[in-house]
Amino acid sequence: MSVLLEGAEGGFTPPSSADFEFAPIWGNSILATKPVLMVGLSVIIVATFFIISARKAAIVPSRIQFLGEGIYGFVRKSLGEEVIGPEFHRFMPFLFTVFTFILTNNWFGFIPFLQFPTMSHIGFPLSITIFTYLVYHYTAVKHQGFIPYMKHVLFMPGVPKPVYVILTPIEFATYFIVRPLTLTMRLFANMFAGHLLLLVFILGGEHLIMSGALLKVFGVGSFAMSIVLSFFEFGVQALQAYIFTLLTSLYIAGSVADEH
Amino acid sequence: MTGSLAIVGFGLSTIGPGLATGLIFAAYINGVARQPEARSVLQPIAFLGFALAEALALFGLVLAFVL
Repeated sequence: MSVLLEGAEGGFTPPSSADFEFAPIWGNSILATKPVLMVGLSVIIVATFFIISARKAAIVPSRIQFLGEGIYGFVRKSLGEEVIGPEFHRFMPFLFTVFTFILTNNWFGFIPFLQFPTMSHIGFPLSITIFTYLVYHYTAVKHQGFIPYMKHVLFMPGVPKPVYVILTPIEFATYFIVRPLTLTMRLFANMFAGHLLLLVFILGGEHLIMSGALLKVFGVGSFAMSIVLSFFEFGVQALQAYIFTLLTSLYIAGSVADEH
Repeated sequence: MTGSLAIVGFGLSTIGPGLATGLIFAAYINGVARQPEARSVLQPIAFLGFALAEALALFGLVLAFVL
């Protein structure tokens, strides 16, 4: 993608996927790179915050308890109860963990000095998706039984027989390939694209300010735009955490739903 | 003229999701305008549809990098 701008004077190199690769901070271990350390940090942040907010629970809540309960109440109501139905209690720990974990990791893209959304490395969304995948299939098999579940997925009742020729492969692909793939790609590509967008404006602004006299004005404009877009990305990052959890709970809802 | 066709392809691939996102929110606004109390019901559906449509544009972006 970088070919178009290379002819320009001064040789501005636009940001590419190479900007997402980090060298280990110490040693040669792959576990010491910035994204991996940030994932560890996010676990500490989430755990500490909710332990503190829940420890001194009182009837008249303190500020931090109010905030913690607000977040939990939001996930419980709009992502658990309203989507899954009466059996949502069992899945709340999973849904809540997924939501807070993704939210924290996404918002790392907004926090000064960190400024890198961890989920823009595909491995992290993928590993969460594997959990989701296992949970919704396991729930369905446990709830409906293996044979009825497969029958329900592959041979949807109430369809004329010849349609199964088309419908069965599509349903199979949806449940086993498309769902995990899109879940991973959506989160990954959103964070990747968002970070790249900011890089374009920041690196481009820097380049413009370093070059000719009149171009400095545009450089300042580019920096201003990057600030505006940072706030836009802040919203997108929260939205993506919400969407990921919403889809997870929709898939689970499909698994626990009785077919009769 | 030099350049990468992948960029043109990505540009083309955003047309569909762009239209789709517009249609989804148009329908959402229509629904809320007609029946304001339906907002809480429509909101997750609208954002779900938006996310599904938007994902297609982002697949285009990923492919523009991969190819």
